[in-house]
Parts: sequence; structure tokens; C-alpha cells
Amino acid sequence: MNAIYQALADIVDAEHVSDRPEELYIYSFDLGTAEPHRPDYVVAPRTTGQVREIVRLANREKVPVVPLGGGLSLAGLAVPLKGGILIDLKRMDRILEVNEKGRYAVLECGVSQGQLTSYLAAHHPGLTHSEPGAPPAATVAGNALIHGQGDLAQPYGFNSDQVNGLEVVLPTGEVCRFGSCAIGASWFTNHPLPDVGLFFGWCGTTGLITKLSIRLYPAKRIRGVGQFVVEDEELVPEIIGRVTGTQMAEDVIAYSRAIPPFGLGLQHFTVNIAANSEKELEFKQELIWDDALGEYIRRGDGGYLGFTRGLEHPQISKTSDYKKGGGFEYVGSIMPIEKYPECYRRGREISERHDIPYTVTGRCVGVGHSMMFAWTYAFNRADPETMRQAREALHETDDLVLELGGVIWKPGTYGQQLILGRLDPGTRALMRRIKEVLDPGGIMNPGNWEGI
Amino acid sequence: MMPLDTYEFNDVIHRCFRCGYCKFPTNWMDVNNCPPYARFRMESYSCGGRLWLTRAWLNETLEWSEHLAEILYSCTTCRNCEVKCPLSFNVDIVNMVVAARSEMIERGKVPPAVRRFLENIDLHGNPYGSARSRRDSWMQGTDIERYEGQEYLYYVGCTGSYDTRAQRSARALATLLGKAGASFGVLGNHENCDGNEVHKLGEAGLFEMLAQDNIERFKALGAKKIVTLSPHAYNAMKNLYPLYGGDFQVFHYTELLYELFKEGKLDVSNGFDARLTYHDPCFLGRWNDGYETPRRLLAAVPSLRLAEMEKSRDAALCCGGGAGNFEIDLLGGGDSSPARRRVRHAAETGATVLAVACPKCLVMLEDALKAEELEEKLAVRDIAEILTEAGGIR
Ligand SMILES: Cc1cc2nc3c(=O)[nH]c(=O)nc-3n(C[C@H](O)[C@H](O)[C@H](O)COP(=O)(O)OP(=O)(O)OC[C@H]3O[C@@H](n4cnc5c(N)ncnc54)[C@H](O)[C@@H]3O)c2cc1C
Ligand code: SF4
Ligand code: SF4
Repeated sequence: MNAIYQALADIVDAEHVSDRPEELYIYSFDLGTAEPHRPDYVVAPRTTGQVREIVRLANREKVPVVPLGGGLSLAGLAVPLKGGILIDLKRMDRILEVNEKGRYAVLECGVSQGQLTSYLAAHHPGLTHSEPGAPPAATVAGNALIHGQGDLAQPYGFNSDQVNGLEVVLPTGEVCRFGSCAIGASWFTNHPLPDVGLFFGWCGTTGLITKLSIRLYPAKRIRGVGQFVVEDEELVPEIIGRVTGTQMAEDVIAYSRAIPPFGLGLQHFTVNIAANSEKELEFKQELIWDDALGEYIRRGDGGYLGFTRGLEHPQISKTSDYKKGGGFEYVGSIMPIEKYPECYRRGREISERHDIPYTVTGRCVGVGHSMMFAWTYAFNRADPETMRQAREALHETDDLVLELGGVIWKPGTYGQQLILGRLDPGTRALMRRIKEVLDPGGIMNPGNWEGI
Repeated sequence: MMPLDTYEFNDVIHRCFRCGYCKFPTNWMDVNNCPPYARFRMESYSCGGRLWLTRAWLNETLEWSEHLAEILYSCTTCRNCEVKCPLSFNVDIVNMVVAARSEMIERGKVPPAVRRFLENIDLHGNPYGSARSRRDSWMQGTDIERYEGQEYLYYVGCTGSYDTRAQRSARALATLLGKAGASFGVLGNHENCDGNEVHKLGEAGLFEMLAQDNIERFKALGAKKIVTLSPHAYNAMKNLYPLYGGDFQVFHYTELLYELFKEGKLDVSNGFDARLTYHDPCFLGRWNDGYETPRRLLAAVPSLRLAEMEKSRDAALCCGGGAGNFEIDLLGGGDSSPARRRVRHAAETGATVLAVACPKCLVMLEDALKAEELEEKLAVRDIAEILTEAGGIR
């Protein structure tokens, strides 16, 4: 029997280790267009101790380690580009603590978005978290680690900004903690100790997060979505500015898409509003639709399409089933909001050139401080040509993001190299030193941020 | 020709995005509602993983192996995925699995336990390999009548006929029906397997033979109304037999008992003094929308306090016994088996009785109770047994 396989089985148990073709096949894929790469082993640990032992083993044997959460990041970020041990972290799925007064939750890294939403609804209905529109199987940790954004991004920003503390297994196998929990206090804040935030945006190349604390927020009794539409894309940045200026919204999204055809060329907005009473709701609606946007309605530039009570939690994305194709991928970017019109126009051009109906979306992050702008390309998984087209469009879009002055969000390897090519040399050198210190064997998710 | 070309769902199977909605129950509380995924927690065993692997095998990217076959046959056809998948092909997920199993059977490539299961049914009319002549052992010493044109044909099924634990529920039902004055009879040794599991295992040819054999026998005897102990038989007879000309009125026993109760013929006045939780069988619930009748029956019993599990109705976790797995047992062993998870759910409600309405669930969950060492706290009882007690029948 293979020594590494046996060692993994000794650390976890034989049922949660595999080097069989079926597991190696299924874990070689991302959901998007990334080329598959097979791991050599798949292991699903249950505890931090087991993760630590696996990482130590990988160091001894000099084999790569690839952390996997929900595997839904859609950019090939957890595809084992250089083989090695793929660690499926979803068995580490305990919600360890919810602190009502301090409004935070301590979670193991495999806790899914759906699980946390459901748990809060059942046991702490007065609290909520900023849930991304990703499928509910996405992990809270995986999302924070890639600087995800959820449905409270407008008031509270990126999900990575809402982390109160981490437990990390370093690439050399040591376990350490960050935030107030590092001095034995509760997991209530990430500040004010010296900043060693070395794990966000690194795609697991600097360490493996085993626990995290995230902030929770008041869940208002009434939540719903208001819709607004304009034709002129040039109006979008100022409309976002006005809505965010009221500080009355929880989530502000602008989007445009070719399907259904009557929406072609129109810019739609969804504005989530929450309230504890009808009076509060009415007041907020008035501030947004009348005071902030009334002028557009009066001028005939925009239309209010109504307010629907209730939020779909978790949301359902059906984009993958466009033309019964089974797949899509998007380029996400963090952009200044003023770039919306250009993002829309140029994205639409790329889509049309590749014969893919366009879908673009901009979610406001912070009070107008930036937006996550995404260009989505559907493909047919059974037709390699459409996958090639989508891949090309994605690469063109990565280039576009940088050209427009944005930053590619959760870049795949292509985007990572584009970024490295532009990175300030001093920053790049520091990143290289950090990587060398933390991961001297270069075992963590290799292929990502390669050649720093 | 590539196998994918002959596969019935070759223009559908690539549509699975592998987004994982199908792992959840309706309330999203965990990712453990697809039984094989809950058992092994490897993506290969998830619903999406199974579809992707099937496609890889069919388009010859992946070779057949016994492990692959086990992954395919570990699906209990519980239909949780169909409830949760947001895409329009969701109605065909189980059909895709069953069709892929048919492809494996056609190539003679199935796990040994599946082969044995099917051979036993072919040879002996039951999956256990017991003699046909022992099929009526469940009714030895009783005065249950043979079917001779009574109003209802009581179809007991393989588990109720052969499994010693399930036999008790089969007898309890007969006793209840008798007490309520229902006119019914059974087939004894002339009963044959209903074929529901055979169908779900992808053996379409054998299923057709069983269905035709049963339909002919029922018709020859003049049966018009059939009442089944098992929701599996109920499903086959209600939804599949009509395709072969078997147009009977088919009832799950809880439906008939509820009718008898409404007519004042079923006495439950002795009550049943317990806090009780109810496990929805997949072939009654998700397959046939039979969520309310068993609950109404239980609600009719004085002193009985019903406490729902967090996962109930269309969110119920399958016991792991579907599609032959009560015998093939690809999901057994270990504390993450669906049956053991399920009895823990039941214990969490504080109930002292876990009620079931299916002989397969009964056996699966009672075994799990022992493995979990919960027998002191909880007892698994079939609704028929509970009602017997509520009716003061010993
Ligand atoms: C339909 C759809 C809609 C989406 N909408 C949104 C949205 O609204 N907002 C949003 O933010 N995202 C969205 N996403 C993107 C993505 O699904 C989410 O960000 C998701 O939360 C990522 O989490 P995951 O668990 O799937 O991460 P994974 O894909 O498993 O991992 C992401 C990266 O982090 C690494 N990693 C994972 N876990 C760990 C760990 N514990 N320690 C170290 N490294 C780790 C992996 O190696 C990988 O590099 C969407 C995706 C889809 C398919
Ligand atoms: S079956 Fe449906 S829900 Fe499940 S992974 Fe496939 S597309 Fe997603
Ligand atoms: S039918 Fe049940 S066991 Fe089969 S894939 Fe769907 S959820 Fe899993």
C-alpha cells in the first residue's frame, strides 16, 4: 500500500481518504471553464489536529496541499494544478458559538452559508450574516478568504472585513490564532493587535483556516426588495450614489442582461430594504424612491417597479441552465462605481463578439466606495467549443478589468499573472518574502500566485 | 457507438452544475440530506458527483469499476435532490440514476450484492433468498383469510413477509383491519415481489416480469382494491403497474386506516401515552405526497403527543434503505449512516417512540437504534402497532 495513502488513513480514517479514480476525477474539476487537474489523494478531515497532521505529512513528503471549501468560487482556485493532497474541509462543519450580545459567530471552516442562515433563523432570529448570492453549499470561510461580498455589503463592506478572528494551520504545520482569541479572550474582535492578516486573497497559499469568527448583524423583521429601472447606463453611478447616500438600504445591485429580450439594454436595480415596523419601512421607502430617485421618475428617465416582501435565502442562480447548457463562469472585479457605464458597454461587446448573451452585474460594496462588477458567460458543458469561447471571453474580460482601472476579484491563474505583471515591485517582493517564510516548501495550493 | 449516445438522458445529464443545492433539506440546516453523501461526505457520493461520474463513465472518460458501481447504487432514490435542485431537469435526476444502472446491468457490471439481490428476486420472489414456501410464515397461527374476492387484497410485501421484526407490523395491520371489520384477504405463498426496488435498481426486464405476473394474478382473483403494508409496493402498484395494464385502486395502509377511522370503525380510544415523532418514508412522502394522512391518524390517538423532527415531510432524511439498500447495504456501518443519523434526530425531539409507516424503515431504524445504544430511550414502532395498542388489542 502507498505510504502517503496509509499515513492519511492513519490520520483521518480509511473511509475519508481516497486515491481511487472516481474521487480523483470528481475533485479535479471546478464548476467553470478551468481545465481539470487530478489530485493524487483526497482526504476529508474532521478536526484541526488532523489538518495539522496532514500538512506536516505533506511537508515531509513534499507534496502539494490544496484546501477546498464549497468549491464554488468558479475560477479554478481549488483545482489541484500540481496534484497532491486535496483536503475537503466540509466535514469540519460545527457552529461553535453564537454570541447574541457581541453579535458574532465562531465557526469551523466547513460551515456552509445555508447552514449558518438556517441555524440563525432557527436559534437566533434576531441575527443575520452577510450572505453571498452563491449556492448555499459555499462555505463561510471560503467566501471570506476570497474577499466575498454578501447581501449586507452596502452597509458593512466585504465579508473579509467582517472577520473577528482566525485559527490557522500554517503551511509548516503550526497552529496559530489571530484576533482577540489569540490572547485567550473571546472571539469578539480582530483588532487592535499588530496586523498579521496574511491569509485573505491568497487562495490558501499561506495557510489553512480551520476556524473563524464573523460578525453578525441585526435581522430586521421585514426584509424585501425594491426594483428600479433606467435606460441610460450613464445614470447608474449617480443613482447608486443617491441610494447609498440615504443609508437606508442593505444591498444595492445594478444589472443588465440580454435575456429576457425585453430587458436588453435596460439597467435594473434591486435595493434591499429592511425594517422592524411598517412605519420604518414606509419611511425608508419614501427616502429612497421619493426623495432620492423621485426626480428620475418625474423626468421619465427611470421607473419604480415595486417592492416585494421577503428575501429568498439562499438565493437561487439559474444562469447555469441557460439554453440547457449546464455551466457558466464570471469574471468579478472590484471597481470604482463611476466605471459602471463603461463596464457595461465593453462587457456587452465582448459577449456579443463571442456569441454569448450578455449578463453584467454590479453590487455596491460599502457606501458607494466600490462595486463588485461581474461579467457572466454561460456555456454548454457538453460542447467544448462553447467552453473555449467562454474561456476566451473570460480572459479578455480579465484584461479589460485592469484596463478600466479595476482589480480582478478572485482571479484565476490567468488573472493572477496579469496582476503580478502590474504589481508594484516592492509589494511583490514583500509578498514573495512572506510566501517564502510561511511556506518554505512551496506546498500550499501551488500554481496559484505562482512566480510571486 | 459511444454508450452516451444510447443513454436515455444523454442530452440532459451535462446540465448538472454541481452546485450542491441537492445536499440540503428544505430548511437548509445541513448538507446531510442526500443519504450517500451524508454517509461518506465525499463529493463522489453527492448527487451532483454521481451525475458527473455517470457522465464520465458513459462518455468513456472514466472506466467502470466496482467502486463506481457502488457510488451509483448507493443512491436510495429518496428524491431529496429532486425537491432541492433549482433547475428544470430536477424531475429527471432519479430517472438518470436508474437509467445509468440499466446501462450497467446491460453490460453485466453491477456490484455483487446488487446481483445477488436481483437473482434472489428472480429465483425466490424475494431479495433475501428465502424459500417461496416460507412467504406465509408471518401469518402462521393466525386466522387471516386468503384472498378470495374480498373487498381488499392486503399485499404484505417481502419485508413484511420474511423479516421477523417487520412480520409483527404485518400481523398488527391484519389484526387492525380485522377489528375494524374490513373485508380483506392475503395471498400467502402466492404473493410475489412487487418489484419497486428492482425497478429502481435499473432491472427493467425483471420488473416488467414481476409487474405482469402480479397484475395477472390480481386480475385473475378479481382484485380491484389493494392495500399495501409497504410504501414501496404502494408506489410500484400505484404509479408503475398502470403502465402494464394494472389499473387497481391502490392504498397505503395509513390511507385505509384513516378512512376506517373517519367512518368510526377504527377504535383508538385506549390512547397511546407517549411523546412520539414520525419518520416520513420516502416512497410515501416525497414519491406520493403522503405527508398528512399518517399524521392525522396519529393525531386522532388520545394521549399521543407528536413532536416533529427538524427534518420532516419533504425535508425528511431517508433511512438509507431505498433502492434495495435495506439489503444491499452500501450505506451501512459507521455512525454517519443515514439510519443512525435519523434515530439521533428522533432522539433529539425528546420522543420515546419513533413511529414509522414502512417495514423497511422499521427494520433499518430499529437496527440503528441498537447501534446507537438508544434502546433505553426510544422505541421504533410501526403506526399499525401503535394503533393496535390504542385500540386495546393485545
Ligand atoms: C451562482 C453563483 C453566485 C455567486 N455569488 C456570489 C456572491 O454574491 N458573492 C460572493 O462573494 N461570491 C459569490 N460567488 C462565488 C463563490 O461561490 C463564493 O464566493 C463562495 O463563497 C466561495 O466559497 P467556497 O467555499 O465555495 O470556496 P472554494 O471555492 O472552496 O475556495 C475558494 C479558495 O479558498 C481556498 N480555501 C477554501 N477554504 C479554505 C480554508 N479553510 N483555508 C484556506 N483556504 C481555503 C481554496 O483553496 C480556494 O483557493 C458565486 C458563485 C456562484 C456559482
Ligand atoms: S442536481 Fe441540481 S442541485 Fe444538485 S448539483 Fe446538480 S444542478 Fe446542483
Ligand atoms: S435520490 Fe436521494 S440518495 Fe439519490 S441522489 Fe437524490 S438525494 Fe441522493
